Amino acid sequence: MLLDKPIKELAKGLRKHEFTSVDLVEECYQNIEKLNPKINAFITTIPKETALEQAQAADSRMSKATSILAGIPFVLKDAYVTEGIRTTSASNVLEDFIPPYSATVYKKLLKTGSILIGKMNMDAWGHGGSSENTDFGPVRNPWDTERVAGGSSGGPAAAIATRMAVFGIGEDTGGSIRNPSAWCNVTGLKVTYGRVSRYGCIAYASSFDSVGPMAKSVEDCAVILEAIAGKDKYDSTSSPKEVPNYSSLLEENIQGVTIGIPKEFYGEGLDGEIKTSVLKVAEDLKQVGAKTREISMPLFDYGLPVYYLIGPSETSSNLSRYDGIRFGNDRENFTEETMRRIMIGTYALSAGYYDAYYKKAQQARTLFIKEYAKALAQCDVLLQPVSPTPPTKVGELINNPLQNLLADIYTTSQNPVGVPSLAVPCGFTKDKLPIGAQLVGKMFSEELLFRIGYHYQQLTDWHKRRPLL
Amino acid sequence: MAKSSTTIDVRHVAELAQLPLSKEKVNRFIEQLTSVLHYMSKIQKLDTSGVKATSQVTGLENISRQDEVDTQRMFTQQQALSNAKRQHKGFFVVKSIFHQE
Repeated sequence: MLLDKPIKELAKGLRKHEFTSVDLVEECYQNIEKLNPKINAFITTIPKETALEQAQAADSRMSKATSILAGIPFVLKDAYVTEGIRTTSASNVLEDFIPPYSATVYKKLLKTGSILIGKMNMDAWGHGGSSENTDFGPVRNPWDTERVAGGSSGGPAAAIATRMAVFGIGEDTGGSIRNPSAWCNVTGLKVTYGRVSRYGCIAYASSFDSVGPMAKSVEDCAVILEAIAGKDKYDSTSSPKEVPNYSSLLEENIQGVTIGIPKEFYGEGLDGEIKTSVLKVAEDLKQVGAKTREISMPLFDYGLPVYYLIGPSETSSNLSRYDGIRFGNDRENFTEETMRRIMIGTYALSAGYYDAYYKKAQQARTLFIKEYAKALAQCDVLLQPVSPTPPTKVGELINNPLQNLLADIYTTSQNPVGVPSLAVPCGFTKDKLPIGAQLVGKMFSEELLFRIGYHYQQLTDWHKRRPLL
Repeated sequence: MAKSSTTIDVRHVAELAQLPLSKEKVNRFIEQLTSVLHYMSKIQKLDTSGVKATSQVTGLENISRQDEVDTQRMFTQQQALSNAKRQHKGFFVVKSIFHQE
């Protein structure tokens, strides 16, 4: 299958006329027709004729000068506004919303000549870790369709795993790229806060939200980040820092790089098979010169409260704009999970509780920034599990609100701090369910995370395995 | 779930959040939100005395722009109204906020 190939090989093949962008798009739609009914990854599929027209145009323009992403089919989590194309955030509130403008990340990708083929299913507004909190039916895990794909960016993850697209753009507020990546066996990056413009990204929690790539490999993620990162005058929180040529730096060695193992992330509640597979990543990386060091992050236990007080507070404010007057439907259309998050946030911000909850969490956030700085002064990157368990059965998390929140335990503390985290496939359980590990680095250390991840994917082939549906 | 000092007046909070809740939902939310808040309340055990609050992590300060109209980002009246369910002569129709006694 052409879609098994890395982006660099696809780009080469397109320029040597070994195959065409039309071939790639045709393959995507074949897989969509065959597999999407079982997976439910798409909310809106772009009409095939439209995508094929764009592919023909890309083929006719293809040259050495065109972007490496030209003619490559991709998908967007349905959290990005796309002019003239329905954008729902997986909620009935926006069921028929047709945005009059486009997100920066989408515009940048269109400029490269890559081809949008779908707007993907997710937890509504990013509220969830299983892609069950959606008004469009749950996304099913391609490795076991009785199980969830993870979330909130479950649609893009499942689509990449089943080769319904070459890559996807997810959004990560507290694990929403990393969790579905781990559970569907794809690679995903939560970028440093501000690395990629959030303009046109439907806001969950504005000070946590980050826009990032999801793909089949670290190398592909590096190629995509180069195209989407950078300062945007429409997002004043976007960083003016220069964007490195990530993909050309991947092969640089990682001799002497120290991988920190924060012991609190491997305690009670972590599945045994996951623990073994994640720790094995450090052992494997020793073969190419990395060192390991056990460290301690005693604040770990407070990560969830910080996230689940500030996140809902910000979301209660962000979602107050949905009044059903200027666009969208009435507020009674929010799902129960979204209503709960709005209620928790409203409570934490309300008179009499503000100091004890919201302000307290913001102070704790400061302590977490110090905690990560201290940890990352003792090592170059932190190796952590992504999820405490393998993918859960459909219905398991959505019907247990507290359990649903606890499933994010390893992925929520990075967002309040802003640090980047790369999720990579690192094995399978005995039941053939994917396992993921995350490498967390200092602010704007994406280049190092990619380099380590790249070397890991040279040593292992977990990321190349795909589900046999 | 657990007994705790955490109490949440679901009806009041729903009113603040402008969420229309059925009686059934109110009852379910009391239990669910109490258990979630009980868990999150463990943050009270953390000593934060003298710690400054953090609201953003960009490291950026005083980002401003010229106070100029950006025509690239202007909508026509038609575009602005294109998703409105109710409109009247080129205006949005909003719900009345004053009620006659």
